[in-house]
Amino acid sequence: MAKYHITTRINGDDVEFLCAPEQTLLDVLRDDLRLTGSKEGCASGDCGACSVTIDGRLVCSCLVLAAEVGGQEIETIEGMADGDRLHPLQQKFLDFAALQCGVCTPGFLIAAKALLDRNSNPSETEVRYWLAGNLCRCTGYDKIVRAVLDTAADMRD
Amino acid sequence: MRYEAPQTVDQAISLLAGTHGNPRVLAGGTDLLVQLRAGFIDPELIVDIKQIDETTAITAEDGGFRVGAAVSGARLKEHDTLSLLWPGVVEAADLIGSTQIQGRASMGGNLCNASPAADTVPALIAAGATCALAGPGGRREVPVEEICTGPGQTILTDGEFVVSILLPARGSRSGDAYLRFIPRTEMDIAVVGVGVSLSLGADGQCSAARVAVGAVAPTALLVPAAAEALVGGVVDDAAIDAMAAAVRAVCRPIDDKRGTVAYRIEVAGVLAGRVCRIALERAGST
Ligand SMILES: Cc1cc2nc3c(=O)[nH]c(=O)nc-3n(C[C@H](O)[C@H](O)[C@H](O)COP(=O)(O)OP(=O)(O)OC[C@H]3O[C@@H](n4cnc5c(N)ncnc54)[C@H](O)[C@@H]3O)c2cc1C
Ligand code: FES
Ligand code: FES
Repeated sequence: MAKYHITTRINGDDVEFLCAPEQTLLDVLRDDLRLTGSKEGCASGDCGACSVTIDGRLVCSCLVLAAEVGGQEIETIEGMADGDRLHPLQQKFLDFAALQCGVCTPGFLIAAKALLDRNSNPSETEVRYWLAGNLCRCTGYDKIVRAVLDTAADMRD
Repeated sequence: MRYEAPQTVDQAISLLAGTHGNPRVLAGGTDLLVQLRAGFIDPELIVDIKQIDETTAITAEDGGFRVGAAVSGARLKEHDTLSLLWPGVVEAADLIGSTQIQGRASMGGNLCNASPAADTVPALIAAGATCALAGPGGRREVPVEEICTGPGQTILTDGEFVVSILLPARGSRSGDAYLRFIPRTEMDIAVVGVGVSLSLGADGQCSAARVAVGAVAPTALLVPAAAEALVGGVVDDAAIDAMAAAVRAVCRPIDDKRGTVAYRIEVAGVLAGRVCRIALERAGST
């Protein structure tokens, strides 16, 4: 079967990979590049566990073909911490117990970061709508929303 | 399956027209990838149209805007002057899915997927939007209401695709709006969707109107009788009731888990009234 040779940037590094036409970006990240932080919850765009940004735009990597990302700038959860130093959102999720099983967490963190990159002072309603495409079966959402609002407040100080 | 990302409209047409086995256009992929994964479709070729300038640009044209068929909802919403001119269309596009879906989903894909419940379609029809189609036979400009012929069915011929959508110029004292009814507040499919666009004359009377309704028939419908109930008079409660009655009269919905026939018809009228009042308020304030 035809393979496509793709050159892209992931978390600031130049990356090359070969993919089949039907492989999604999520498939390649997890199965070929071993970046298994992005999760597959549904493979249909409903749960947000596979969230990444492409050229700064939040998307579901399960709904992107790997062949599409040539020349683009991809950010995944693996690029969020600075070495051993957690991103403020990651630290706040721990402090606020905003995760239990953790399957949804990478997606929530990527989505929340994309929000705070655009809006340093979102209202609770804005946070809830922005994160409506991220599903969590464990936490009941409230701790996640508090963690995002509190991180935003810290980062503004 | 093969994947191609042509740089020009002509290259896209050659690829689409030159491939047997149901080639598919790829815009944001938020419908297409779900259908691929579920095995509903098995195309020989996928033609990604996001490398083509014309399908990805928003350009001013004759006082209106030409929106590339593959422009995402997120980019549409960030366009301030377009959002001021056609707020109803932009709010309809903004209703599609989550932030993640917004990052990819296009109006061209929403239209060509031809779901009866597609949110942007009634808003585009109400706006009097037209589509630029390109195919092996050349180009043509077609009103949005003529594109879909049934669920999953369009007038597009082999090798033809939607290049862009034109949101026309409009006079001052004009407004449009779109609302859908869903049982939840986010992430659901419309039970009914209504788009209204209207203009007021210097005398405050309605000088032009277009009303369209979605999810209550095999395709979204333009409702000329609803517009006639508004045009030529003051848009008061009586006119709005007559408009809503005309909307109810064209509904041919199905019974499903989201609503019964009677319920959808009732809600269509209620929603039409609400949407009309929002469009009226917007028209009055421009
Ligand atoms: C989680 C989720 C929530 C959703 N919520 C909504 C919602 O609330 N309301 C709603 O209306 N929809 C919703 N959708 C459906 C979908 O997101 C929209 O229909 C979207 O607008 C499709 O656009 P796209 O660019 O992703 O299309 P694609 O998936 O790329 O294409 C859709 C179809 O149209 C064809 N096509 C695309 N562009 C063209 C073109 N220019 N010319 C010819 N054919 C073309 C493709 O071949 C394909 O058959 C949702 C989907 C998901 C996954
Ligand atoms: S795995 Fe992509 S949205 Fe659920
Ligand atoms: S922590 Fe388990 S799904 Fe969110």
